[in-house]
Amino acid sequence: MKWAGALAVLGLLALPLALSSYALTIFIFIFFYAFLGQAWNIVGGYAGQLSAGHAAFVGIGGYTAAMLSIEHGVTPWIGMFAGAVLAGLLGALIGFLGFRFGLRGFYFVLLTVAFAEVCRILVSNIDAVGGALGLYITFTGNPRHFQFQDQRAYYYIAFALMLFATGVAALIERRRFGMYLRAIREDETAAEAAGVDAFRYKMLAMVVSSSLTGLGGSFYAFYLFSLQPSTVFGIPLSVEIIIRPIIGGAGTLVGPILGSFILTPLGELSRHYLGQSGLHGAHLVAYGLLLIAVVLFLPNGAYPWLRARLARAGRAT
Amino acid sequence: MALLDVRGLSRRFGGLQAVRDLSFSVGEREIVALIGPNGAGKTTVFSLLSGFLAPDSGDVHLGGQSIVGRKPHAVCALGLARTFQIVRPFPKLTVLENVLIGALVRHPHRRDAEAHARGVLDEVGLAGKASQPAGTLTLSERKRLELSRALATEPRLLLLDEVMAGLNSTEVERTLDLVRAINARGIAVLLIEHVMRAVMSLASRIVVLNYGERIAEGRPDEIASDRRVIEAYLGEPDVDAAVP
Amino acid sequence: MAVGLTLIFGVMRVVNFAHGDMMVWGMYLAYVLAARAGLDPYLSFAFCAAALFVFGLAVQRGLVDRIVDAPHEMQILLMLGVALVMENVALLVFGPEPIRVRSPLGAATWYLGPLYVDVARLVTFGVAIVLTAALWLFLYRTDLGRQIRAAADNPYGALVIGTDVRRVYAAAFGIGAACVGAAGALVSPILPFQPSTGLALSVTSFNIVIIGGMGSLPGAFVGGVLVSVAESLGAVFLKPSLKELASFSLLILILIVRPSGLFGRRAS
Repeated sequence: MKWAGALAVLGLLALPLALSSYALTIFIFIFFYAFLGQAWNIVGGYAGQLSAGHAAFVGIGGYTAAMLSIEHGVTPWIGMFAGAVLAGLLGALIGFLGFRFGLRGFYFVLLTVAFAEVCRILVSNIDAVGGALGLYITFTGNPRHFQFQDQRAYYYIAFALMLFATGVAALIERRRFGMYLRAIREDETAAEAAGVDAFRYKMLAMVVSSSLTGLGGSFYAFYLFSLQPSTVFGIPLSVEIIIRPIIGGAGTLVGPILGSFILTPLGELSRHYLGQSGLHGAHLVAYGLLLIAVVLFLPNGAYPWLRARLARAGRAT
Repeated sequence: MALLDVRGLSRRFGGLQAVRDLSFSVGEREIVALIGPNGAGKTTVFSLLSGFLAPDSGDVHLGGQSIVGRKPHAVCALGLARTFQIVRPFPKLTVLENVLIGALVRHPHRRDAEAHARGVLDEVGLAGKASQPAGTLTLSERKRLELSRALATEPRLLLLDEVMAGLNSTEVERTLDLVRAINARGIAVLLIEHVMRAVMSLASRIVVLNYGERIAEGRPDEIASDRRVIEAYLGEPDVDAAVP
Repeated sequence: MAVGLTLIFGVMRVVNFAHGDMMVWGMYLAYVLAARAGLDPYLSFAFCAAALFVFGLAVQRGLVDRIVDAPHEMQILLMLGVALVMENVALLVFGPEPIRVRSPLGAATWYLGPLYVDVARLVTFGVAIVLTAALWLFLYRTDLGRQIRAAADNPYGALVIGTDVRRVYAAAFGIGAACVGAAGALVSPILPFQPSTGLALSVTSFNIVIIGGMGSLPGAFVGGVLVSVAESLGAVFLKPSLKELASFSLLILILIVRPSGLFGRRAS
């Protein structure tokens, strides 16, 4: 398994040499959404706290880095960490309110959605940060401004981000932190009885997850050169974030990555080909159907199912 | 000084006084049984002791330290571990991982914790199932798993809530031996039990609860012939088995 | 609208994220009926209710039924999937532009002394009250209604006394969908709608239901009133685009202080 991973990494590193510009874009999105999904996975997959408002962290991270760059000329390379910190703080707030007051399951989902919407509405109405029209970043092509002439630079950065998030998740998974998160997901009360400080670990997971997501916000801002509150704080983005790890396998390392490799090309290609003939949203129908199918038939996600299938096949031979 | 010292414990739910001014103690190496008719408040007492519920009044000391009002994980870290009446395994985690969660309290590093967990599984007799998902276990195995998870936290006092319920006589015997072995290692046990045979053969002292109040306390033979206890249990078939 | 959601959640403890989208489908149905058959939505709402009742039944039987015992997260995700499909099928069929259904009543106003009364809103309010009353009667006076309430209170107990729980669940879901279908049709002349409206409506209904109390019918009604008042106040005192802020803040407050809502009983 490890060998396959290493090979895949090497392959992906070499890939840009062979890809067209359009294909490169698709891969950038695959990696980027895998990154966001992996970040969400820490609190949503491992700890089982379904957050449907993670877009808020993308928004905060992106807006912070963008504003710092536009208003104060701070390079995004520093700005993105500021964004991550602010996103982490928001995550801590939401986590505190949710966990301190015992909001679980559906109520927690609603809390996260409410916060994301509040952020969206607030930012849409504050003209100082661009109001409803959002922020635009002038193109300079200067690496110090986190802008690159060559698409391939973005490819490698997105790839690095994805690996970074996966690394963080892997580190967590292996240690006591990760075990405790899984115990909390399975049965929080029983975990408490076995000595797990559920509040503390849920908070930690939330802060790590939200800061990491905030980091991604900066990438979003400087790759797409614009930020609109309705896009970057909106529920559609939150859905895009959570659907990949869920379909790929929440609570596994490979899940978000696999999910992104399945869904992102699906989305991009259908948007490209069908969108032109006026069939907007076809890919979202596919997303919805896939989600329904996964919930009904593969509740643990695609990766665990694949792994079990392969194991069975291996035993049969 | 007793290991567990309970004084004046009280708790009400709305109009119902579930536990009323309860006082008792458990010594360092004792096995004490908490018995009483259904609804007497026994599991409520466990929840109060382990931090899942806060008492309205009263004091609980573990090894001289007050544990009233502390959260369950803190109580566990201080040395009081409990099992649940309806077992709560982590179904998707393996048997080993289940026990590992308990072991991690005292052994923060995975490798140490794993070694310790395997030791507990050996002691309890579940070592063969270590890599099976907990959700696939039989009831008796789940009860043993619940016990081992609590045991892995290296408690000074173990609270067992109806750990014999639903077991056949062989399984009951095996569990009796296990509890005795655990106690011999120096761990005190407070158990809630309806299976009188277990209570009579394990406990050195019995506390009887009815409507949240202590109505009797004493040695097994004293309790078996206590008029008040018999009256409280009137109609319970189990009591006949206890009276010689 | 919120009454329907309460019914679905109260009875089955299933969280229906597709609620708002069902309402939007009701709206689109009304639109189609108006455009093709010339039916005024104030008349066709009954048909919309019936159509969505059938649809709700189908969804319940085909999808929700399978996961009634599954952990809540799965239910949430399932309905999210349904919501996605519904919203985007609407998008594919009708396109993204907001539309409104024309109705002669829609633009009418009555002059009551010094007050202008918007007839459309008045009729909608009136019908909502009538429907709620009818629903109340149904739940408290008919056998099926009683069974639904029993199943909501104690599913196991209801099974024991011989209730066909599956049928009850299906009925509850169907009725919930019907409520929402009716609501959609009634509101279609007043509220411009597009496929993405579904999301906003779902969130609003959740707002209402949580504030009023899950599983409580009077709660849903009171919640509805509260939320509309809050939003109107918000629109008046803050900028109009911030009115949703008021209801969301209220939601957050309630979630923290009293998640069971104003009238709700504490669920598991």
